[in-house]
Amino acid sequence: MSDITLDLARIMVVNRARWTTIEVAFWIAAAAGYFLFPAKLVLLTQMLIGGLFAMSLDLLLGYGGIASFGHAAFFGLGAYAAGLLAAHGWGEPLSGVLFGGLAAGGLGLAFSSVIAKVRGAAVLMVTLCIGLLLFEAASRMPWLTGGDTGLQGIDMWPLLGLFEFDLFGRTAFWYAYAVAFLLYLAARRYIHSPEGLALKGIRENHDRVPMLGVSTARRKMIAFTISATIAGMAGALLAQTTQIVALETLSFERSVAALIMLTVGGLGTLIGGFIGAATFIWARDVLSALNPVYWMFWLGLILIALMLTARGGLVGALTLLTNYLARERHPR
Amino acid sequence: MTAPALETKALCKQFGALKVTNEVSLRLKAGGRQALIGPNGAGKSTLINLLTGVLAPSSGSILLEGAPINRLTTDQRVALGLGRTFQINALFPHLSPLESIMLAVARRNGRLGRPLQALHRETDTTDEAFALACSVGLGRDCLRPTAELAYGRQRLLEIALALAGRPRVLLLDEPAAGVPASESFELMQAIEALPRDVAILFIEHDMDLVFRFAETITVLVAGTVLCEGTPGEIAGDSEVRRVYLGVAGG
Amino acid sequence: MLGFVNILLGGIAYGFVLFLMAGGLSITLGLMGFANMAHAALAMVGGYTAALLIGKAGWPFLAAVVMAGLTAALTGAILERTLFRRLYQASELEQVLLTIGVVYAAIAAATYLVGPEQMAIAVPAWLDGNLRIGPVDLNRYRLFLIVTGLVLLVSLVGLIEHTTFGAKIRAAVFNRRMTASCGIDVDKLYALAFALGSALAGIGGALSVKLLGLDPNFPIKFLTELLIVVSVGGLGSLRGTFLAAMLFGIIDVVGKYLLPEIGAFIIYATALALLTVRPQGLVGRPR
Repeated sequence: MSDITLDLARIMVVNRARWTTIEVAFWIAAAAGYFLFPAKLVLLTQMLIGGLFAMSLDLLLGYGGIASFGHAAFFGLGAYAAGLLAAHGWGEPLSGVLFGGLAAGGLGLAFSSVIAKVRGAAVLMVTLCIGLLLFEAASRMPWLTGGDTGLQGIDMWPLLGLFEFDLFGRTAFWYAYAVAFLLYLAARRYIHSPEGLALKGIRENHDRVPMLGVSTARRKMIAFTISATIAGMAGALLAQTTQIVALETLSFERSVAALIMLTVGGLGTLIGGFIGAATFIWARDVLSALNPVYWMFWLGLILIALMLTARGGLVGALTLLTNYLARERHPR
Repeated sequence: MTAPALETKALCKQFGALKVTNEVSLRLKAGGRQALIGPNGAGKSTLINLLTGVLAPSSGSILLEGAPINRLTTDQRVALGLGRTFQINALFPHLSPLESIMLAVARRNGRLGRPLQALHRETDTTDEAFALACSVGLGRDCLRPTAELAYGRQRLLEIALALAGRPRVLLLDEPAAGVPASESFELMQAIEALPRDVAILFIEHDMDLVFRFAETITVLVAGTVLCEGTPGEIAGDSEVRRVYLGVAGG
Repeated sequence: MLGFVNILLGGIAYGFVLFLMAGGLSITLGLMGFANMAHAALAMVGGYTAALLIGKAGWPFLAAVVMAGLTAALTGAILERTLFRRLYQASELEQVLLTIGVVYAAIAAATYLVGPEQMAIAVPAWLDGNLRIGPVDLNRYRLFLIVTGLVLLVSLVGLIEHTTFGAKIRAAVFNRRMTASCGIDVDKLYALAFALGSALAGIGGALSVKLLGLDPNFPIKFLTELLIVVSVGGLGSLRGTFLAAMLFGIIDVVGKYLLPEIGAFIIYATALALLTVRPQGLVGRPR
């Protein structure tokens, strides 16, 4: 066995943070989608937004092992915050996204100390309650949120003062693409920072981390706040690109959908959220077109089959494939 | 006269009516090598858990280099210079030893709390962690997932992780437990090579290791300190022979 | 004042329905460590069974309720044997997703087979209207719910805490391998416990139709309520589940009466506050 040198150790550490084939392929494919499916831009935009939301959950669940059952609370809050801002006379998109992220991040920060304190099933239940609470609050304040009919009258100004949001969703697509990509870069930085390493430590062995002098409570508070902020920005994007905010953005079903997308795509991979969301939203589009009941039925069956057979999701399967191809190309 | 590295004053821990730790007063002097021995159930691990803040004491106080640390959380105590290894390996199975050590090093160098800081750009963290891995003899295994390492090699990582915090006081909970003879040599070497200015309190059942390594020995029985002395004094103590060595030795 | 007595009675009755539905979940989640999100779907099976037997086949009410319990128990046992048992050792998240798959499939199946509209249930004359006790008119159906709930509560606590069956369950949960090595068929035990929990859910579902109505979205609408009841009560504690069910039943009904404009908000806020202060639940030790 050959000895490991300092240079090799350094290279391995750098390699950990390198882009994988799957990541590069996804972002190229997403951009290519604009040219390949010009009639489906609205759907593609939804995929990017759904992916961003699933990725925010991945930071918590896939990296920190902190499951959330009510993450839609932050998505929906971001959507309503950005929507209300635009409906009340400030339609500038970028500051709207920041505002949505700030609102959701603020709520996340407020609850983060509770999340940091509880463990196991109680985390699921606390997040579930936060989600239900926000949904109920929004549905009981129709004067503010529009209630069941949704928040309307969202009027967006041109992006950067240059690009009007057009009827075909071209501006909306590139806008969502750019924001999602930037936040993806930020999330990558986060998981490859010392802070991200600490988060993985918490996932691997929660009780051991304090003995390294690392406060788990602080790590979890930071992770929860960051995740909530990104979820809120994803919600804000949805509000701005569809120019309506429905109560459904806050619903339990949406929280569950994010969990499903993430599991389908692959937990703890970051890109898995995007791939899972694209798959989920595409399947929903195709199957709901046949009959909405079919979609639910198939979704149920697929989930059951997935849990009984494959773990690791699509990214897991794709990684096996790319590793195999790499070995074929460089036979040892 | 400088304050002891670690001191407890009348430390008590009760679970219901059961007194697991009873009026324990210990003094570990700076740079000292002290062994904590006692039969199973004497409350040795409970004592370590009290010292590290995993358990809260019912009464009494704990001082680290003269400063009370009773009310501090585990991570705060570690930041002040307390280190510990676990009796049963408690590691991060999917992280490599290098990454695990890097986490401890990054914390000590104040690199946490900045989520956009790239870890791989901080070569000093990598370098220091690698040097530490090599110093305990983990150089060749430091890039594999920890779960793949042999048990004895994982014990070395336990020690490296404790050292990464540059502790002033190190608590070793049965460092040689479960290590096969073939690997124990490396482990002994690593322990022997620990810096001289680090005070060490260690729990051990292997009497060879205790008598070879300790300057002072504290005997704990049923949560109470039975006696304390040099290895020579302890070996000659008839009471200790009766309750402990007589049972374990032979 | 007299109106308020009936409101309170309604709250207690709702509490008992919640307890019946959540009791089984408390057993599977708390004792067996299996996160069964499909529990409310089993209640729905009970609800539809009773409603259809009474409405289409003309069965008497009580017989239909018993049949609802049996059907739910059988469905639960089949699900446990074919699907759930494969994931006893898996992570909580995988259990959650598997059983949510069952929920979705159940919602779709119910929509397809019965239709999306609300289901009504007819109760016999002796359960309809009010019963006059002294100066108060008490709703007969609510009284019936309370009496039935009490009987089932007492038998259930007795079964889990004072019979060998209960002792075996608790032993198997504590140490599965050790229990198996004592010659106890743990597999069968789990299936039985699961069927028992499902039967309770089925009965609860059947009894709830008059109170809550029934449509295919029932499994997801009440899943969250049941989860809250079980976790606020304390995982694995039937007493805790009962306490929490009563608390939420009363707060919900009374709260919606006194402050209709804030609706269910008050329940979720209470649950969140309780979970923050006592994450281990009302009854339950800190872990």
